[in-house]
Amino acid sequence: MRKAGARGLLAMLRERWDRPLFFSLACASLVALGLILFFIFREAAPVLREIGLGGFFGRVWNPAGEPVSYGALPMIVGSALVTLAALLVAVPLGFAAAAFIAEVAPRWMKDVAKSVLELLAGVPSVIYGFFGLMIVAPALQNAFNLATGRTALTASVILAIMALPTIASLAEDALTAVPNAYREASMALGATRWQTIRNVTFPAAFSGLIGASILGMGRAVGETMAVLMVAGNAPQIVASLLKPVRTLTGAIALEMGETALGSTHYHALFALGVVLLVITLATNGAAEWFRGRLARKHGR
Amino acid sequence: MVAEATATARVRSLDATRAWLERNLHSTSILDVERFSFYYGKEQALRDVTLGIPLDGVTAIMGPSGCGKSTLLRAFNRMNELYPATRAEGTIRFLGQDLLKADPVAVRRHIGMVFQRPNPFPKSIFDNVAFGPRVHGERGRARLAELVEESLRRAALWDEVKDHLKKSALSLSGGQQQRLCIARALAVRPSVLLMDEPCSALDPKATDRIEATTRELAQELTVVIVTHNLQQAGRISDHVAVLLAGGVLAEFGPTKAVFADPSCDQVADYLCGRFG
Repeated sequence: MRKAGARGLLAMLRERWDRPLFFSLACASLVALGLILFFIFREAAPVLREIGLGGFFGRVWNPAGEPVSYGALPMIVGSALVTLAALLVAVPLGFAAAAFIAEVAPRWMKDVAKSVLELLAGVPSVIYGFFGLMIVAPALQNAFNLATGRTALTASVILAIMALPTIASLAEDALTAVPNAYREASMALGATRWQTIRNVTFPAAFSGLIGASILGMGRAVGETMAVLMVAGNAPQIVASLLKPVRTLTGAIALEMGETALGSTHYHALFALGVVLLVITLATNGAAEWFRGRLARKHGR
Repeated sequence: MVAEATATARVRSLDATRAWLERNLHSTSILDVERFSFYYGKEQALRDVTLGIPLDGVTAIMGPSGCGKSTLLRAFNRMNELYPATRAEGTIRFLGQDLLKADPVAVRRHIGMVFQRPNPFPKSIFDNVAFGPRVHGERGRARLAELVEESLRRAALWDEVKDHLKKSALSLSGGQQQRLCIARALAVRPSVLLMDEPCSALDPKATDRIEATTRELAQELTVVIVTHNLQQAGRISDHVAVLLAGGVLAEFGPTKAVFADPSCDQVADYLCGRFG
């Protein structure tokens, strides 16, 4: 009787306290995010006073030059260029890999391919940087007869490889979520497997596929080390993929160590961080929205 | 010969196919199943089934749950083999052609199917019906519109949807969705329509309409329907096949004769609703 009472008390405690416990844990992560945002914005804010919005979105980034200039456009363009070029490669390849894994491959090959993707996702980014430096950069230098192999294209190739696992595995999830009844209906009408993938499975998974691409894009925009190693890091606005570029992440990582605390340069780097943060938050939000739409569409 | 047979069946009427069958095969069966067995992995779903599906009328396949009725139906359009580790033995002939050695994609263009749960694509009503003709290469707008109207009329859905063909198929009611699936199958102009318990997810009124449509369709093509509803089989079928546990064909013949005088006790028990 007493034993049962004690157990009842424990259970009651557990039931009484589990909600507040998990609630406060969830709040803690929200608070952490809020603090990060707050401090980055606080450190970036003086830029507005010191060089103004026009100055910050200027065309020349030259912190050590005469006159000194903190225009962020070269890095914004650099990041955009490298990311879009990477997606141009990674999205088609990722979708193809996803279609193969979800629709075509037999069971065992599916398992192998999925673990290879996980492995790719787990390789440290500095290793990708090494690979780019040792293999991709010399190859591109020879192929296009360039002064240096460290270019926007080199970074794009490496980023494409790095974004591929993200895109492929999320796209695979989206394709797998398409009800089998659609595939059966299509096959029963005499469509081939390829026609079924193209006309039924892909359209039905469309929002999920877009979500996968956007998350892959977030991965590429935010990547720092590998890009730093192979992009060449010249802060210039370029019209060609075969020129060196500096990205937002690259600029912050390169320069933060050599700036004086509280200087305009220091604040400008935080402002670059704000730009990066806004881009990644927007992409993640958009991706979640698309993926949510897919789930609603299939009634789950 | 094979191409000629199927082409004949598609272009000409039921009468022409009947004449062709009698002349060339001395038979009235459009599908001839001979000693057919089917396995899912090591499990045997059908055992030595032999029967001929008549060209005319509706043939019902009945039996208790798990007796292999759906497996037999899906053998006719080779849908079973979309799943791994299946194996078939014996032969099925479609207009004299060995179905199990043919190209499954080609088979499915001649033998259409309607599933247990309505499964329209998340596309417009028009695009659902036009799907089959499109994947078979039909691009002409006028021709597609014509096929869509004809198929929706044959499925008795045209009057209800003709003013909103662009609306999503998912906005239709369950019964309408199932008739849309029938129209979608008809748009490929099949010679045989397979129906796998097409009313099991529908209410009595919708069931009524599907049954009436099915009777109508049997004037133009061969219908094979799986059902475990005895009354339904009695109402709509001309012939009935009864499978029993283990995938054994226990009875096959004209519906009236089978219902009036089952040849063995087990079938009699099943038909009286004593099990299954």
